[in-house]
Amino acid sequence: MASYNTSDFKRGLKVQIDGDPYLMVECSFVKPGKGNALYKCKMRNLIRNTMLDRTYKGGDSLEAADVTEIAAQFLYRQQDMFVFMDNENYEQFELTKEQCDEAWKYIKEGMVCSMVLFNNKPISVSPPNHVVLQIEYCEPSMRGNTATNLTKPVKLETGAEVICPAFVEIGDLIKVDTRTGEYLERAKA
Amino acid sequence: MSFGATASSLAVFFLGFMNHGADQKDFLPTASWKNLRLRAELLARTRAFFHERAFLEVETPLLSADVVVDRNIDPLAVILPHDPRKPAEGRTLWLQTSPEFAMKRLMAAGGEAIYQITRAFRGGESGQQHNPEFTIVEWYRRGDTMENGIQLTSDLCEALLNLGPAERVSYAEAFEAHAGIDPHRATAAQLADLARARGISISDTLAAGDRDTWLNLLLAELVQPHLGARRPTLLYYYPGSQAALARVQGDPPLAERFELFVRGVELANGYHELLDAEVLRQRNRQANDDRAGEGKQRLPEESRLLVAMDSGLPACSGTALGFDRLVMLAAGAGSLAEVVAFPIDRA
Repeated sequence: MASYNTSDFKRGLKVQIDGDPYLMVECSFVKPGKGNALYKCKMRNLIRNTMLDRTYKGGDSLEAADVTEIAAQFLYRQQDMFVFMDNENYEQFELTKEQCDEAWKYIKEGMVCSMVLFNNKPISVSPPNHVVLQIEYCEPSMRGNTATNLTKPVKLETGAEVICPAFVEIGDLIKVDTRTGEYLERAKA
Repeated sequence: MSFGATASSLAVFFLGFMNHGADQKDFLPTASWKNLRLRAELLARTRAFFHERAFLEVETPLLSADVVVDRNIDPLAVILPHDPRKPAEGRTLWLQTSPEFAMKRLMAAGGEAIYQITRAFRGGESGQQHNPEFTIVEWYRRGDTMENGIQLTSDLCEALLNLGPAERVSYAEAFEAHAGIDPHRATAAQLADLARARGISISDTLAAGDRDTWLNLLLAELVQPHLGARRPTLLYYYPGSQAALARVQGDPPLAERFELFVRGVELANGYHELLDAEVLRQRNRQANDDRAGEGKQRLPEESRLLVAMDSGLPACSGTALGFDRLVMLAAGAGSLAEVVAFPIDRA
């Protein structure tokens, strides 16, 4: 497996520490006085999503992590397993609900998501930034009320709960920002 | 040629240019014209400062047969080919890591008060506050003690940055205040315990470091961010093991070395200069052993500086200041790239 020397350290590098893949989000070169070179790194664990701050000495090296990103189509859900397919080679991957993190709330069959693989195993999946989903249930809207400052919770076909303006109805299609979980607009069928 | 024809051939030119591959904007400077004008003004004020104090501006070679032997400074080698058809064969010269050797030779030859503004080169030093090629201001004055050297450095800082006179804090006081430990007496194990207690996470090789490696880490992590926060700070009396080319005295051994910090940025390094050639030979040997221990190249230990010291270097104090960092601070910028026209990536 390839490795990176401190002189290669930079933002965006994918490295492996104690068996876990990390993304280097920050690396600053520090060299006080006549002292040895230090590389202060901030890294995000790509599985646990936790941050790691660690300082390295000039000449240290880190193992490269075999992390790739693929386009994967969501096929179906079976209890708490979500099944995806690599659009290139039709290879299938299963993710647990936990691994899907927030993504499970917004994906429906046929949707193409971005999936991160570590050593060819899926570790996370992200839906498109904007998705159009149907409202499965909500309280009926008051007749004639089209004010947008009134809101209500709605339940989407995928199971997600989103806060919407009061005028939306069961069966409406709405566009949602999956990064914030916010309602954007009503979509046409 | 008609105007229309010119316009269309220009369009073709620009298309070809855009296909060039790399970022097509990287011919542009990273620094603004505003900062480049500030840089020029600070250069002029630096010269005026030394002129007012009767310092002589000198110039010395960037390429030298001699080189500073330091555990943590990696010089760049240049081959002077004997035969232009074999450019890789010839005599090895070094791009200076500072003008120290040549300027001390001038002091040994009768220099009274000299300064220069020149370029220095250090391999592997790239970052927000480092560029492998940088501008250095360096000065020496005969008869100066460490106290005189500190005063002059404070005066220059005040003249260029208008932040008032520097406060003086010893290395031990700074460690006491910000790390709660005596840096001259603590063992490597005690320093390691402190780092752990403060939650500093480090690599295994760093953890296996010696006393100076720990001090260096704790300085960077716990102490330096506070230095020069309110007003410029001059840190003095470094551990004897970090003397470089400064005199060492006392027990525990203290180096007559000082550094200037402004807003956590290390700006200048000065010594009450070591005069004893034999001591420098011992330090060179030690530095080379340390380098070899870390898998680094040994550097030539003999130099014309040692010959000059054998013949008699007058008592003096000398200081080097990172000019790019000074401009960065004056401009309120966060990186050298904002004040250097073409940093290494665009050089």
